[in-house]
Amino acid sequence: MVKNIKLIAVVSLVIVSFFILLKGLNKTNNYSPDLNSSKIDFNFKAKFLYSNEETTLYELINDKDFSIVNIWASWCLPCRDEHSFLLNLKSLDKLNIIGINYKDNEINAKKFIKELGNPYSKIVVDPSGVNSIELGAYGVPETFIVDNKTKTILKKYIGPLDDEKLAELKMIIKNEN
Amino acid sequence: MLNQIGNYSLYIALLSSIIIIIQSPILLNRNNINISGRIFSLISIQSLMIIISFIALIIGFIISDFSNETVYNNSHTSKPLFYKISGTWGNHEGSLLLWLLVLSIFLLIFTITSKNLSNKYRILTLFFQEIIIAGFLLFILFTSNPFMSLFPIPNEGTGLNPILQDPALAIHPPILYLGYVGTSIIFSSSLAALISGSVNKTWAKHIKNWVLVSWIFLSIGILLGSIWAYYELGWGGFWFWDPVENVSLMPWFCLTALFHTILILEKREMFHSWAVILSITTFSLSMSGTFLVRSGILNSIHTFANDPSRGVFILCFLFILITLSIFIYFFYQNKIKNNFTKTYIVSKETAVLVNNLFMMFFLSVVLIGTVYPIFLEVVNNDKISVGPPFYHKLIVPFLVPFLIFMAIGPNLNWIKDKINKINLQQLLFFILSIIISFIFLKRVGISYLFSLPLFIASIFLFLITIKDFSVKKTNLSQKISHFGFSLFILSVLVNGVLAKEYSSNMRVGDERKFLNKTIKFESLKINENKNYQSLEANFKITDKNNSINLKPEVRVYDQPQTITSEADIESTLYSDNFLVFNILKNDGFYNVRYQIKPFMIWIWISIILISFGGILSIVKKNG
Amino acid sequence: MKIKILVLTVFYLISFLNISHGANPEKVNQISKNLRCLICQGQSVYDSQSDFALSMKILIQNKIDEGKNDEEIYDFLKSKYGEWIVYDPEINKKTVLLWVLPLILFIFGGILILRKVSIS
Repeated sequence: MVKNIKLIAVVSLVIVSFFILLKGLNKTNNYSPDLNSSKIDFNFKAKFLYSNEETTLYELINDKDFSIVNIWASWCLPCRDEHSFLLNLKSLDKLNIIGINYKDNEINAKKFIKELGNPYSKIVVDPSGVNSIELGAYGVPETFIVDNKTKTILKKYIGPLDDEKLAELKMIIKNEN
Repeated sequence: MLNQIGNYSLYIALLSSIIIIIQSPILLNRNNINISGRIFSLISIQSLMIIISFIALIIGFIISDFSNETVYNNSHTSKPLFYKISGTWGNHEGSLLLWLLVLSIFLLIFTITSKNLSNKYRILTLFFQEIIIAGFLLFILFTSNPFMSLFPIPNEGTGLNPILQDPALAIHPPILYLGYVGTSIIFSSSLAALISGSVNKTWAKHIKNWVLVSWIFLSIGILLGSIWAYYELGWGGFWFWDPVENVSLMPWFCLTALFHTILILEKREMFHSWAVILSITTFSLSMSGTFLVRSGILNSIHTFANDPSRGVFILCFLFILITLSIFIYFFYQNKIKNNFTKTYIVSKETAVLVNNLFMMFFLSVVLIGTVYPIFLEVVNNDKISVGPPFYHKLIVPFLVPFLIFMAIGPNLNWIKDKINKINLQQLLFFILSIIISFIFLKRVGISYLFSLPLFIASIFLFLITIKDFSVKKTNLSQKISHFGFSLFILSVLVNGVLAKEYSSNMRVGDERKFLNKTIKFESLKINENKNYQSLEANFKITDKNNSINLKPEVRVYDQPQTITSEADIESTLYSDNFLVFNILKNDGFYNVRYQIKPFMIWIWISIILISFGGILSIVKKNG
Repeated sequence: MKIKILVLTVFYLISFLNISHGANPEKVNQISKNLRCLICQGQSVYDSQSDFALSMKILIQNKIDEGKNDEEIYDFLKSKYGEWIVYDPEINKKTVLLWVLPLILFIFGGILILRKVSIS
């Protein structure tokens, strides 16, 4: 009797492990954490790319309904690819687009904008990458949609924007109104 | 052409497996005959076929036969010959073929060396072993065939991951596999012994060699992996509690426990069921390790490229084997002799049990730490990381009593020992180690007070294991291994406490002060090599007495394009000087990391000593 | 007597909970060793030379300069990146088994041995 209980216990442990591991296999390894949106700190200081003034993100996201915060760098190839999508967004008037220039060289960054056009209403620089970490970013490119009224992040995209993400982004902005 | 040869030989090997699996039960019922020549020749044919297919793959790599998909994906004509060959097992498909090769050769050796044992036991072992071999063959042929043809034939391969182009890593996997696969023989033979009712002295004596062989290979395999991580990953550490490392450590704990148990079984006819359970567990852990590494379920730096169907296959195979062995165990449990003689609390038997208890604890910490995040993610959708702090917090407090037990245990007598006999001498050593550790820690700094108990315990063990060389009672191989272990713990501790590190961004010509040393970035030059370009820096490190030059490199491999940093290490008996540098985006600056790692070399030496004890034990008995 | 032993054991185990890992006096190293480099495969921030890790190290230094203690820094990063970033999982409802299961097994095994062994 005791033997049977032991047997059943061991076998069921094995079976349970089997199914958990089986399920684990089908999971993707891409992980993005829940956005602890309200906790995002908008108060870090940063300098503008085109002037030496200092500002905070808080000041930047004030004037319209929504902001797109886009982290980019001239050395980042996917950033070139997504640039046209940002230019496309520029036409939306409820929106301002803020660029964070990540660990870049000033001359290269300006050249990049000159070549490809400027979708951003304002660009701040993040030479050490610390500001991006404060935002909870992983690297370049990365895009946040911020609700300016509530100062919360509605959505974030790790990696370059594409048609699909752009459509979703527009939907989010539409629905939030 | 090679592809066909490889493929067909694998099919023939599979066929032999199936024939043996079908025939064995029939042979079992004819008790009077010895293993028929037929089965033996089948096993030989099978090994031969697997050897042929393995050689076919190696040749494919050597002549860069890109009609083979595995070669195409993992090789390149510009690679040095040595890495072309080691590239054979540097990928998923080839490494499985190597597993299989070792499996079949081990089985052949088993068949030859077990001639004086009972027929039933031998046939049953063959039977289980062939199930494992057949499983691997099916796995290889249907999910990871190394002989897939490509058409049209590409002109050039895509190259081997440069990180794998390293001598230590070229031989690390084969050695590790020898250890893993050795456990399969232990598994099969323990099930066979269980069914044939021969879990006894004779079995213990026979299987002890296999336990030792697997244990030695596993130890050396782990050592090579650590050495590689130390200088190649550019991290300066040698153990990261990375899931893939953990996976090799788990069967090691289990084998260590098993070895001690087998000794008792051999000498005193005790702990029969426990030995069988450990044998089954050891192999299950080796297999689970393969599953975890190959399926891509883990987040680790070493994982192979993954494909879900492979994971599902190994998981099912693993599940079947484990369930099968559990049922066999419970069904035949009564066949195990249970002439349980009472053990006394102060005796060698108890000491071995305590050793096992600690081994199982360490094993459970590592096992739970490794799989818990996977389980939590599936059940709860929460993702957590379990890393070094977790393992340190759980293992270190238990290490202290473990080391003390390890010092006392081997000196106990069989059956029953007196408590008071131990005392005086050992007490003296204990007091001595308290004094030594106290003085040492005081010199280093009081902030390490928390490690005082650990220091006392490890110095105590160190002193006792040295003293034990003068005692005649125990055997030499044990003394060496135990001394090696105490040396290991002590070196790791001292290394951890005394290591110094300096990190800075430097340009060529810069000079930095660190402790009493000056680090000067003297020059930088570009070297062209056969399959990579390297940026070789020259650093001069000067202190009062002497100066050394360290020349770390950053390599840019072209096939596939990858950047690696090669540390330069100056090893002395006293300490290692470790320097590594990386390219930064800021023009002209390089991130430089300089470390002084005391007693580093003793960590390697001690592991070699531990393994050497095992080798000595095999040689002595057979010579 | 038994209670005394129990209390002492618990105290002993707890005393190891604030083991700091490694020997490096520099706090940044200490903290970054306990953080996963999220964009790498199985490397700590300390070990990695990626942009993410380099920036993270600067950030940690800044926070230390601001006078934040270890706990505050870990909490800050957890709020940005989730539990996944720390290598040292805190003890809570989700992780209690992780911490306790090995200990239970140890005690269970110890009892098994004591039952088999005679103390005379």
